[in-house]
Amino acid sequence: MDGQPITPANPREALALGIAIVYQELSMVPTLTVAENIFPGHLPTNRFGMVNYRQLYQNAAQVLEKMQVHVNPRALVETLSIANQQLVEISKALSSNCKVLILDEPTSALTDTEADRLLKLLHRLALEGVSILYISHKLNEVFTLAHRITVLRDGRYIGTEKTADVTPDQIIRMMVGRELGAMYPSKTNQVGSPLLEVQDLTLPNSKARNSFKLNQGEILGFAGLIGSGRSELARSVFGADSKVAGRIFLNGSPVDFRSPQDAIKHGLGYLPEDRKAAGLFLEMSIRLNIEAAVISKVSTNGFLSPTKERTLAERYVQQLAISTPGIEQEVRRLSGGNQQKTLVAKWLAIKPNILIVDEPTRGIDVGAKKEIHFLLRQLAESGVGIIIISSELPEILGMSDRILVMHESAIVAEYTAEEATEEKIIRSASGQ
Amino acid sequence: METTPSAPHTTTSQDTPNANSNFLLRLLRAREATLIIMIVLIGIALQLITGKFLTTPNLNAISLGFATSAIIVVGMTAALVSGGFDLSVGSVFAMGGVTVALALRAELPIPIAILCGVACGALAGFINGFLITQIQINPFITTLGMLGIARGVSLAITQGLPIAGLPPDFLVYGQGQNLGIPNLILIAIIAIIVGDILMRRSSAFRQIYYVGGNEEAARLSGINVKRVVLAVYVLSGLLAGLAGVLSVSRFTVADPGAGSGEELRIIAACIIGGCSLRGGKGTVIGGLLGLIFVGFINNGMVLLRVPVYWQQLAMGVVLLLAVGFDTISQRWQLRARGKKAG
Repeated sequence: MDGQPITPANPREALALGIAIVYQELSMVPTLTVAENIFPGHLPTNRFGMVNYRQLYQNAAQVLEKMQVHVNPRALVETLSIANQQLVEISKALSSNCKVLILDEPTSALTDTEADRLLKLLHRLALEGVSILYISHKLNEVFTLAHRITVLRDGRYIGTEKTADVTPDQIIRMMVGRELGAMYPSKTNQVGSPLLEVQDLTLPNSKARNSFKLNQGEILGFAGLIGSGRSELARSVFGADSKVAGRIFLNGSPVDFRSPQDAIKHGLGYLPEDRKAAGLFLEMSIRLNIEAAVISKVSTNGFLSPTKERTLAERYVQQLAISTPGIEQEVRRLSGGNQQKTLVAKWLAIKPNILIVDEPTRGIDVGAKKEIHFLLRQLAESGVGIIIISSELPEILGMSDRILVMHESAIVAEYTAEEATEEKIIRSASGQ
Repeated sequence: METTPSAPHTTTSQDTPNANSNFLLRLLRAREATLIIMIVLIGIALQLITGKFLTTPNLNAISLGFATSAIIVVGMTAALVSGGFDLSVGSVFAMGGVTVALALRAELPIPIAILCGVACGALAGFINGFLITQIQINPFITTLGMLGIARGVSLAITQGLPIAGLPPDFLVYGQGQNLGIPNLILIAIIAIIVGDILMRRSSAFRQIYYVGGNEEAARLSGINVKRVVLAVYVLSGLLAGLAGVLSVSRFTVADPGAGSGEELRIIAACIIGGCSLRGGKGTVIGGLLGLIFVGFINNGMVLLRVPVYWQQLAMGVVLLLAVGFDTISQRWQLRARGKKAG
């Protein structure tokens, strides 16, 4: 640091040297206030050693003001949106007046507008003299923000280039070690008969009645800001959350899914947005993860059949090219992309008629992302109806045959693939 | 399908060079293997020091002492794997015993009386499960409450006095023999084997691991989490009740104070045997080995005439050493692997 060799043994020592880090996963205490989270190590105290709250809130307000983050320092962190939590997290890092700021995928939970705001802020910080190490899978962010780009692959240093001297394609080539080709498969547009019909579905805390249809072999995109109710809608169709009102028809006949169990029996799969919290059994093997939703299919007379288990797991490991030493590998030891593929495999194993994927490529490398895109299209071509929820507009546009846009728990617009543009979607998503 | 043809398929290249060490690591990581070695070593050491450890009377006495605990271990393993635990087993054990004794004193037929004792345990378990899944009180508080309630019920209905004078036909279950093996040990062996097979291979019991591994993911995978958790606590209560009934049959008295502190001994045994308090992990055999390990050390201390007061302290140290050693060795393995990869 500044020419001196340093060996910080822990984050606190690093911070003392002027190096702050914002992790990919939020590291705040949700039940404390914003201010308490910003200054965890150095709360201002009065002469009895008790926390001086007035001072604390003032200091916090100053930091937030400087960052142009508009949240109440007295609010509990758990009441904030993910985006605001992320911004508070960054404020916390900056409150230490650091000289080097490291950010690990800071926008993975943000929508495009929110991400834009963050990037502008980082730009300003850089102008003020803070050095920023920005770790991201998202190339457009890296290209807008960075002066120089370093590529790592499989834990190895590949190279560093000045941003002005390279194109995104060159960087992608460095990342995957080969030509990647198009990120999105071509659309076929041969859409079949209606598969799923949702009528007047109402979510809790909202009066909007949502109706939509999903056809056989169609990829239906759900766009919208974070918190616009896309996941909630998907989860209530899947029977994971309760709905206030509404009817669901499958192949024309009414169904009522009271639990995911019901939905799965009818051939629905739901890949949740948070793969670690809601999708994977991290400390269990790939085999156990893949068979989780089809335990009875790998059993004979109520007892698991090791042969069937192995066959099933090996088939999907091979089909999805999951990179692993074997099917007994614990899932937490896999890379993000391979974890996500394992989760996809779990749903393929139920042989779904309808697959709902919620942020299917969040936080995974471009190679795996592309593979998942092609896989989804291939599924659709085999007749599966697919609903894709994504906060990445290029992904929505690149994948969907039809796009629904949600705003405040209501479906507010519908576009065909031909008429949809980023601009139109953003306008609908922000309620205009 | 469109699998990118040149996908970096590391499957074989990573596997072959260290397949041997992988096998060793896996064996090391299987807690059962380590425990068996430890148990054998302790057995040999005790035999060498005392000269009377490996005698039939001593081993018989130890096994009989294990038998009822081993039955409870089966239910506790299920509870721990599901991500909870059952603190009420010691009290339910006493309540089951008191119930069967009262039923017998009321001159109910023996099978009915036994059923009463077992059902009483299952009922306590059902209440635990109901509170945990429906009211969503956490397992610690729920079963701590039941620990007090079941003990209180046992003491209240007996006025705190042991019940004796039970029909000899009933005592046969706990004192008799079949094939030269005491009945109690036979029943425990059956419970352990059936429990272990079910936990390992039955598709119904597999759900417990999923629930303990990640409850939300289990729910979204179509597992009826509440039903699984409820069943786990019913099982745990039922087995604790059964153990209580058998214990009364063996000792000919129903003591309302019996089994106090049993829950912690059993949980310690299961944890030493490889269960995790975070759920998703553990085997019945592991729990039994943990129980034997702890039992051997206990027995050793008795044989070596270690004062009673020091024995508890020693057990606490053993628990911490066993789990601490395991945690450290796992971290060490992880690090070794990380170095190899990097």
